[in-house]
Amino acid sequence: MGGKRVAVVGVGMTRQRSSRPDVNGVELINETVRAALADAEMTRKDIDAVIIGNMDHFEGINYVEAWSVDGNGGLMKPVMKLTTGGTTGTTVAMAGYYTVASGLFNKVMVIGWEKNSESDTTGAINTAFDPFWDRPVFAGAVAGLALEATHYLHTTDATEEDAAYVAVRERKHALNNPYAHLHINLTIEDIMNSPYLAWPIKMGDMCPRTDGSCALVFASEDCVDDFPQKPTWVHAVADRHLWALLSDPYGHEAREGGSWFASLERASQDVYDKVGITDPLKQFDVAELYLPYSFAGLRWMEALGFCDRGGAPALVRSGATDMGGECPVNPSGGVMSSNAIGATGLLRVAEVALQIQGRCEARQVPGAELALVTGFGGAMWSDVLILGKDKPEKAGR
Amino acid sequence: MEPVAVIGVGMTEIKRERRADSYADLVFEAVRKALNDAGIGIADIDNVVTVSNDFFDGRTISSMAIQDACGAYDKNITTVEEDGTLGALFGVMRILSGSYGTTLVCAHHKGSESMMNLITNAMFDPVYERFLGIDSIASSAIQARAYMDRYGVTEEQCALVSVKNHGNAFRNPVAQLPLKLTVEEVMASPYLAEPIKVLDSCPISDGAAAIVLSGEEGAKGSARKPVWIKGLGYCCDAFHLGDRDLANSPSLAEAARMAYAQAGIKKPVEQIDLVELYDAFSYMEPMWLEGLGFCEKGGGGALTESGKTAHEGPLPVNTSGGCLSGNPILVAGLNRIIECVLQIRGDAGEHQVDNVKTALAQGISGVCGQSHCVWILGGEK
Repeated sequence: MGGKRVAVVGVGMTRQRSSRPDVNGVELINETVRAALADAEMTRKDIDAVIIGNMDHFEGINYVEAWSVDGNGGLMKPVMKLTTGGTTGTTVAMAGYYTVASGLFNKVMVIGWEKNSESDTTGAINTAFDPFWDRPVFAGAVAGLALEATHYLHTTDATEEDAAYVAVRERKHALNNPYAHLHINLTIEDIMNSPYLAWPIKMGDMCPRTDGSCALVFASEDCVDDFPQKPTWVHAVADRHLWALLSDPYGHEAREGGSWFASLERASQDVYDKVGITDPLKQFDVAELYLPYSFAGLRWMEALGFCDRGGAPALVRSGATDMGGECPVNPSGGVMSSNAIGATGLLRVAEVALQIQGRCEARQVPGAELALVTGFGGAMWSDVLILGKDKPEKAGR
Repeated sequence: MEPVAVIGVGMTEIKRERRADSYADLVFEAVRKALNDAGIGIADIDNVVTVSNDFFDGRTISSMAIQDACGAYDKNITTVEEDGTLGALFGVMRILSGSYGTTLVCAHHKGSESMMNLITNAMFDPVYERFLGIDSIASSAIQARAYMDRYGVTEEQCALVSVKNHGNAFRNPVAQLPLKLTVEEVMASPYLAEPIKVLDSCPISDGAAAIVLSGEEGAKGSARKPVWIKGLGYCCDAFHLGDRDLANSPSLAEAARMAYAQAGIKKPVEQIDLVELYDAFSYMEPMWLEGLGFCEKGGGGALTESGKTAHEGPLPVNTSGGCLSGNPILVAGLNRIIECVLQIRGDAGEHQVDNVKTALAQGISGVCGQSHCVWILGGEK
């Protein structure tokens, strides 16, 4: 069966902020839709379909796709809502890929957004978990991740300072990104001196909560020449949402010979096999990874195959993941600098599209041609995408 | 569009309350039935689309509760938070993309654990509309009134839809609410919001459903006769009720136009043998029939009165009993597709209509049918 090859041809994002009291959600969405349309030099008329995602309980809006239709560009057009928690942004990007690849639509507007200033973020996240088994013991996003970090420190030689290095790196990178929420120049000491949220995670190790939106135009190979920007091609996408209970992955990982981060290992292997990636550190020019907290910048690099288990502290401290390194990670400043949850995964795709198009100015990775993107959410779920400058050899990946 | 088929279907019984069953239990039951129907195992499924809604489930990331129950472990999976017709449509697109062979789509809903007026009130603008207390019943009443006033469609004509569909439900073993009614009894039932009465309204329901979709290759050796997807369309109208012409459904007409163009349908009345549509309230059936082009605008009431949409008529509508006889929200769209599939296969048992070659399934999302999805299914590739 056929299938079209698909590229990102337009990018729009808001400047990420802790609060945007000047706009409502529809207006926030509309800012990025207009920006993406302008970037692709197209008008609302040219949109064939709209895909949108966020997490309902943050803003308390049911049927967001219908509520936002005046701003999302989808009036009297096909509009679809997808949501998978933290992975929503990458989920909608993957949906944009499938929708265009299906051949039913040529130009699709993909939107991820969140207005966390209107939400009780931790309260809403708590309701994600099983009411009987998980809620009484896991409180929000921090506690679950603290378990993972504790297990990591227990089984490797890594230190809290190693994780702090990652937190510093992300915030340094954000200084070059005018769209990032946090612009703070920190040191490892600053991170170490910040208060504990849940040991070993400190305030400085954790992502903020952000108001922001992101919109991308995905287009079919049949019409990529209609746009002013060079296409950034989607080479492969995959996801694994392995668990239903938050306690499942930790039990699995704690066992002898257990996985390091099963969903990320398997989803990344899926896309690596499709594209022929055997040495991610060498083969990727840039990576935009959904790292919600600093320890993820260690353990998850190992799960992604950038180094062996326990090897991440040496890898990141070598500077290989800094700007100018072998594979800069999160030149945008990443999730630890901006986290409008429904937009977060899509912002990773937006950043690599801009990187591959060479439009990142102060944060540009020279010669970026092949990029890795991840999304994270749910009960340790993972989405993985590979995007590149060259048109893929075949469709259907 | 390259050929994609429905090769397996499964539904739980629709009940007012499935107290002993969690979301996962319901989904497991429906998925097991769909796999058995297709004569395949979970290993033959290469990706999954789930359908659920965080508000109705009272859970952020409502799909998380059923990741294991739907058999998605180690598979690509995603979640559409809209009617089942749209979730299944996304499943079709994933196959057409060339990335997948066989897709499982499942949906779940427990109305018994939901607060309908609060949750559907949350569909409205938080600043300008919610404080009115408006919910799905009140907004639908506004639409029903606009529709009746514009075209002279009567409450009695709508009551006839309820009589017909509750009657059809007697032949469908999964239906929740088979009722032997008269127009007088519907008319005498109390108003929920004028002109919608209790017996014009769908019940609150628990249920789950699943379908298996496959490309040409996977459909070849399937246990059941594959039912082919001939056309798909969806479209979203404006949000604010005041911005819409509530007496008409232009987004349904547009969705139907898309689907008909793909399926080569020029005269729906002549070319479509059976219709399953989203009749959450009785007025919706004639109104959606108009939007779908089965009659002139305003002609839906008379069409119902003519008896043509009865089980024995030339254009049977909602032979399953429709949403009026059981409405697990979101699941309802998959149930519409499944009824069409069973009818085309000739597997509809007591509710079988003779010689169904082409059938139409329709679902809605948002307020008052703001967003519509239309499926054309057929027995021939």
